Amino acid sequence: MSSVALRTDGSLARPILIALAMLVAGVVLGLPLAIVLVEAFARGPGTYLAALVDPDTIDAIALTLIVALCSVSVTTVFGIAAAWCIARFTFRGRSLLLTLIDLPFSVSPVIAGLVQVLLFGRRGWLGPFLAAHDVRIVFALPGIVLATVFVTLPFVARELMPLMQEQGAEEEEAALSLGASGWQTFRRVTLPNIRFALLTGVLLANARAMGEFGAVSVVSGHIRGATNTMPLQVEILFNDYQIEAAFAVASVLALLALVTLGLKLALERRQSVLLTTKGSAP
Amino acid sequence: MSHALGRPHLVIPGFRLSLGLTTGTLAVLVLLPLAAMIAIGLANGVPAFVAALADRRVMAAFRVTIGAALVAAVVSAAFGLLLAWVLTRYRFPGRRIIDAAVDLPFALPTAVAGIALTALYAPNGWVGGLLAPFGIKVAFTPLGIVVALVFVGLPFVVRAVQPVLEDLPAHEEEAAHLLGATPAQTFRRVILPAMAPALVTGFTMAFARGLGEYGSVIFIAGNKPMLSEIVPLLIVIQLDQYNYTGAAAIGTLMLLASFVLLLAINRLQAWAGGR
Amino acid sequence: MPPTTRLTRRAALALPAAAALVRPAAARTRGELMNVSYDPTRELYRRINPAFSETYARAADADIAVRMSHGGSGAQARSVIDGLDADVVTLALAHDIDAIAAAGRIAPNWQSRLPDNASPYTSTIVFLVRTGNPKKIENWDDLTRADVQVITPNPKTSGGARWNFLAAYAWALDTAMGNEVRAKAFMQRLFHNVPVLDTGARGATLTFTRRGLGDVLLAWENEAFLALKEEGAGAFQIVVPPVSILAEPPVAVVDQVVDRRGTRKAAQAYLEFLYSPEGQEICARNYYRPRMKTVADKFQDLFPKLKLFNIDERFGGWARAHATFFADGAIFDQVYQPGG
Repeated sequence: MSSVALRTDGSLARPILIALAMLVAGVVLGLPLAIVLVEAFARGPGTYLAALVDPDTIDAIALTLIVALCSVSVTTVFGIAAAWCIARFTFRGRSLLLTLIDLPFSVSPVIAGLVQVLLFGRRGWLGPFLAAHDVRIVFALPGIVLATVFVTLPFVARELMPLMQEQGAEEEEAALSLGASGWQTFRRVTLPNIRFALLTGVLLANARAMGEFGAVSVVSGHIRGATNTMPLQVEILFNDYQIEAAFAVASVLALLALVTLGLKLALERRQSVLLTTKGSAP
Repeated sequence: MSHALGRPHLVIPGFRLSLGLTTGTLAVLVLLPLAAMIAIGLANGVPAFVAALADRRVMAAFRVTIGAALVAAVVSAAFGLLLAWVLTRYRFPGRRIIDAAVDLPFALPTAVAGIALTALYAPNGWVGGLLAPFGIKVAFTPLGIVVALVFVGLPFVVRAVQPVLEDLPAHEEEAAHLLGATPAQTFRRVILPAMAPALVTGFTMAFARGLGEYGSVIFIAGNKPMLSEIVPLLIVIQLDQYNYTGAAAIGTLMLLASFVLLLAINRLQAWAGGR
Repeated sequence: MPPTTRLTRRAALALPAAAALVRPAAARTRGELMNVSYDPTRELYRRINPAFSETYARAADADIAVRMSHGGSGAQARSVIDGLDADVVTLALAHDIDAIAAAGRIAPNWQSRLPDNASPYTSTIVFLVRTGNPKKIENWDDLTRADVQVITPNPKTSGGARWNFLAAYAWALDTAMGNEVRAKAFMQRLFHNVPVLDTGARGATLTFTRRGLGDVLLAWENEAFLALKEEGAGAFQIVVPPVSILAEPPVAVVDQVVDRRGTRKAAQAYLEFLYSPEGQEICARNYYRPRMKTVADKFQDLFPKLKLFNIDERFGGWARAHATFFADGAIFDQVYQPGG
């Protein structure tokens, strides 16, 4: 560890820096989490549970799960395909493609919602066509899923691309030269090598999908019991003078975030073990 | 993009399939919708587009958004550097927890962060109550926007800098130390240059994310036109006033900003990778 | 209903819908109405809906459940224009329903299809202050004092805020003997005292009550009463100015939707229920001023008497008022911008 030199020397720097870091982490990261939990249980576990079994909240939870399932599936397939062509091939336009894959990361979620309205809304580009065929996209499940997919699209690709680039194609080439088909190679060689990173990506995409607010807010229509996801339900309860209930639903999302972080930590550890054992093999 | 030429090395299959799937999905789910937005934004001609953006309130929103994102990115860079440094260089109780907690803003829904930060920094909140006697108002001022954006931006910096610090060969530092450099000199001359690209990348990512952030900001900002109204909220307001062209015009300019920042990040990473 | 059945029902409805990109509305039972409403009516319709369902079940032998969507009035109208399938809209002001009518979803004559300008209940704009009224806020001119901070939502997005604006402006115009320049200067001073502009009425109420900002909240009368009830009467009190505006929140059946879904009869019955003695009484209990004389008499102690002016007489109706005050570059933009 490189810390040796500094540890012996900066006798004062070390405790001061550690204290500062703890202060920053505590104020910036710890307090928001703490206040959600404190407020949620402010009136006791009874109120807390009552808030969570409210029918509209149950519907919001169910819708959130469905939206996450649909959008994460798309994100996963896209992520694998994108990582495959970016990490295994060089071609003209590759760096442009990389930029486009990242684009949803830096586009405002509000824009992700806005474009759905402009495209699929009654007065949007495809509006008349959709109305004529009685297809509903915005203010219904498909619009919410589309907006969520837009926002989460790069998540899996981003986890896989650097890993697959680092791993290189030697193992796959070996399998192919031994006569394995493309799909067999992917399933037996690639997938096991990337499985933990893939799960990490899925996990992060899922967290984002369940928590997306801006994009979904624009396309939801806020119909209670029908098109409200959990983050929207938090806002609604907050505005309904039901602060404890709002924080109760928020705390579920916060706990979900903690579980996500825990799982991510575990997965990353296993991925690094996988890499080290592979790396040390002759 | 469509005329991308495949030059697959060796025998790896699936180039057409994976590239087709990737570009197809991107085209349908991302590019087509964005093209619709740009087209609608420009539907009334370039002068109308420029006029929609030259509005005082729109300009003010861009000033507020860019300013807050910039300040927040600087703060995130400083805090992020500190955290990354302490996490890679020292072993202390609670290190693992802090390391894991850095990702919290990635996993916590922005709306939850928004109501939590508002509750904390409102004049009657835990932190706001401490600051109020000094006349410092955070919630419902531009400072509140900065607080929300620091929360959102911090992990980008930590996660960009951390791996570089971990890989930084210890012997360079030790050599500098042996040559009589003070820790401060070692930091400035050896460590800072080595991680500058990563730090700038993290800063730029935090900045880009800050420009577009909505959920955590609208709860805490106060949303006062000309003072604490951010661009994404203005898009929503334009939409709610039935001004689709205006909303699309503002969205288009934001998109342009995102794209430029992304290109910058990719350049930075290429530069850092090439070192 | 046990949660699991709801869960599976929702999943069963939504999954095939997602797969085929067909409208989830198609899976809705016929006995369902959607009411797209504005912010402060949340509590009102929570009481109205079950009462209506019960009445309708007896009268028409059909089970009707009512789904709600709430938000800023303008935002809600925009959603309906963009395709949100509301059977009925119950919004904050006629201008927003006019906008839906202009988009072709509601017949242009909607306001004459129901009694009383299609507004089954009315309200007005009052002041909510902290207990004891420490800043001694009694009338509109107190709002421009240098030591007073005023909370109101954004007139660009909130219907309630537009009523606030017009009530203050009309008072200023009268006080200035019709001098528009002075009335505008008054509004400029007033908005100089506004530290936060929330997008909706409810957001502004919470900013005032929970976040402790401002000395006075300009609010719907019903919203002010509700704040007293929810936040405990000890912390706040209502000040009724001598003059204010008669706010008429209108309702309408969305023709394009009910004709397609075959829900016109139920939707019409729903709106008529608001005018019925039972509906009127629920309105009054939720602090909306009832139209029906007998109900109004019964609740006369609840609603203080004050001089109310009416938007049609004063500003020539909502279409003109909107163009004069709230369109881009109109009076609100003029008085707000220099104040910053």
